[in-house]
Amino acid sequence: MLFLASNRVDELRVYQGATVAMYVVAIASLILLTGYSGQVSLGHGALLAIGGYSAALARNHFSAPIWLCFVVAVLATALFGAVLGTAAARLSGPYLAGSTLALAVGLPSIANQFNILGGEQGLLFDVGAPPASLGADFTQYKWYFWIAALAALIAIWWLQNILRSRFGRTWRAVRSNEVAAELAGIHVGKSKTLAFTVSSGLAGLAGALLAMTISTVSPSAFPLTLSFALLTGAVLSGVTTLSGVMIGALVLVATPDIADAISSRFASSENVTTNLPGLLVSTLLILVVLLVPNGPVEQMRTLRTRKSTKKTR
Amino acid sequence: MTLVVSGLSVDHGAIRAIDGISFQVEEGQMATVIGANGAGKTTLLRALSGLTHVTLGSATWQGHELLYSKPEKLVRLGVSHVSEGKSVIPELTVEENLQLGALWRRNAAESRATREKVLETFPRLAERLSQPADTLSGGERAMLAIGRALMSKPQLLLLDEPSLGLAPLIVEQIFQSIRDLTTQMGLTVILVEQNAMSALKIADFGIVLNLGRIAAMNSAQQLIFDPQVRAAYLGY
Amino acid sequence: MYQLINTVLIGITSGAIYSLMAIALVLVWRSTRVVNFAQAGMALLSTYIGYEFIQKFHSFWLALFLSMIAGAAISALIDATFMRTLFRRAGHGPIAGVAPIIATLGLLGLIRSVLALVVGGKDVRIKPPVSSVDYTISGHTIAFSPLKLLIVVLVLILMLVLSLIFQRTNVGLALRASAYSPEISRLAGVRVDGIRTLGWALAGAAGAAAGMLQTPDGTGALSPDSLQFSLLLVFGFIAAVIGGLESLVGAVVGGLLLGLVLAFVLMYISGSLVFITAFGLLIVVLLVRPGGLIGSRRGRRA
Repeated sequence: MLFLASNRVDELRVYQGATVAMYVVAIASLILLTGYSGQVSLGHGALLAIGGYSAALARNHFSAPIWLCFVVAVLATALFGAVLGTAAARLSGPYLAGSTLALAVGLPSIANQFNILGGEQGLLFDVGAPPASLGADFTQYKWYFWIAALAALIAIWWLQNILRSRFGRTWRAVRSNEVAAELAGIHVGKSKTLAFTVSSGLAGLAGALLAMTISTVSPSAFPLTLSFALLTGAVLSGVTTLSGVMIGALVLVATPDIADAISSRFASSENVTTNLPGLLVSTLLILVVLLVPNGPVEQMRTLRTRKSTKKTR
Repeated sequence: MTLVVSGLSVDHGAIRAIDGISFQVEEGQMATVIGANGAGKTTLLRALSGLTHVTLGSATWQGHELLYSKPEKLVRLGVSHVSEGKSVIPELTVEENLQLGALWRRNAAESRATREKVLETFPRLAERLSQPADTLSGGERAMLAIGRALMSKPQLLLLDEPSLGLAPLIVEQIFQSIRDLTTQMGLTVILVEQNAMSALKIADFGIVLNLGRIAAMNSAQQLIFDPQVRAAYLGY
Repeated sequence: MYQLINTVLIGITSGAIYSLMAIALVLVWRSTRVVNFAQAGMALLSTYIGYEFIQKFHSFWLALFLSMIAGAAISALIDATFMRTLFRRAGHGPIAGVAPIIATLGLLGLIRSVLALVVGGKDVRIKPPVSSVDYTISGHTIAFSPLKLLIVVLVLILMLVLSLIFQRTNVGLALRASAYSPEISRLAGVRVDGIRTLGWALAGAAGAAAGMLQTPDGTGALSPDSLQFSLLLVFGFIAAVIGGLESLVGAVVGGLLLGLVLAFVLMYISGSLVFITAFGLLIVVLLVRPGGLIGSRRGRRA
């Protein structure tokens, strides 16, 4: 089905499709960490950066095949996440938020310090042309899309399974009441660290995918606004459940487009064009948090249950 | 003036926690509400003090309707509630907890007088004024909670299980203090208790709640000798 | 030798600004147990308003005073409308801890975009009220000016005044009690909603002061996209967390410490490591004292 779709649709949409897939993975990782494990991360962008840079380094210095680059990205970021997670597990609420914020701001700028990381301009990340066996019609963007979509599907499927397993249950138990969970024999610290590790691995994958779509990694590719955008996407999707993850991803990709359309309609200044997407996203975020705090999917579920209980009264 | 509660019903979601309760408490009387866990005793107090949303009914006291108001407002009408779980703020000192109750009062001299009275009744608190409340023992916390409630210059005092988790000797002391204060300050008191026997001994009359409804209502003395009450709640 | 002195001075002055922002954040935290990410945005808005007042009245001090009032009003308005609604709708369930953070972040983005749309492109400058020319001691210029001195002094005064209010007055008691336990405070007759709004108002005023004092320093230019704004936001928050959100003194200590450490890194090591150092400092402090430098040893479940 996807194959047919990607053939019909024009290049730009295909490219955007790849970006959507990337966001799906990134948002899913955040949903895991914040929604399921209750740890707020304002700095997921930094984790994406680690993934992106690892993939680029693997590619450039070791000429590793593409799939291996992605694996490296996942493992490297997961490792970092495991270390960070042990510290993070001891922090609560705002302290954790503060630390991740500092990380998001601090990490990308390290690249400026070390030459091997390419400084301001960053590194190239070239996944190469699509294999000849797919035919002459198969464009570069389609290749991106396919890689990203495949990666996303695998990641989401795997994540769903984890969330349904006893790990998922443990995370939710910790999220609702840490003390009770501890008393029930759950090792809270280990559980949180595990969530952090898994989330980081996924974020690393997303980072590598991002690097692929823009063909580079650089500090400016992972600004603070990326972390905020991801959090927004997670909330829009419904931060406590994986079902709505597409919604958030689609909104994040669609908004700059919509903003463009609006500002070209009204032939506005450059000032408007730069700031309109931010305005739209922020307004949307506020509306969502006020009106459907648990996300649209959860809200509909609640409405349906309420309707059915009303009938049985 | 009498407290008149009429047709009070409170829902927790789809569950009716209290169903059409009606009773009266004369001014200066101490009423005790006893019953098993989950009978609705705490819900009743929370409804009267404005913490819980009320579905139906009315409760009038000194010409005012108590229900459907915010707790802060009711305090100014003379309603003071010591909620379940000792009702003190652990991070604040004993002195600060007491002061908290009097913050809304205008008359500083009167507040000071009340404070003296409270410290006289509970000398242990006077010894620990500058200590944070979480360093207090269970009994001291109960005293502090009651003290805080008294600092609000109440006329209607709602007490939710002050004896919870306390040794019998302390419970006796505290109950005696409550009784004395009630008489001295002319308070009307509703005392919710698990410890039915001790409560009935100091109260004027009692209400037995079961599954959100009134199962029995009589003078405390009568209830002590009522065979059904004895079997169910007094253990003999 | 002079480089050392200069570094220390730079650290203190930048630290003082972070402290002001941190104070605003701690104020909101101590009175409502919410971290207000939009604080910097509101501070920026108040500073723009202050700029308008300067244009009108040609007096920095009057404008500072008025902008603080404006900041308080804006802050109070946001609490009374936005935050109260938020708590009513999202106060329960799994999203409860996360919702205020996300909501205030959204608010920040909103304020920033709106400001950029309305003001962007216009050159807005605030002239300093006292000289911003650095002092010279025996022929050497040190990185300190009357303006910087003013900033440090004002921050210390503000810290003292606010601490006194919180610890010694009835209002302060009400603020603290409402944050620790809104239910018990209500039962004691405290108008908790109103008190919270007051806490926000105080924070708004502090934030406005931070914006108004920081802007004349350096280039004197004001813009929603400026680096200064981002720094204010991020470092103010980091400073607050380092100090431990529980205390105003902590906010100042955190701010000064952050300022000093960053100044040293900037001068002696490299500019591009500044941000990651902030992170490093934060992690180190939190590992040793999870409640921040001046946090209570009691584990308080936020």
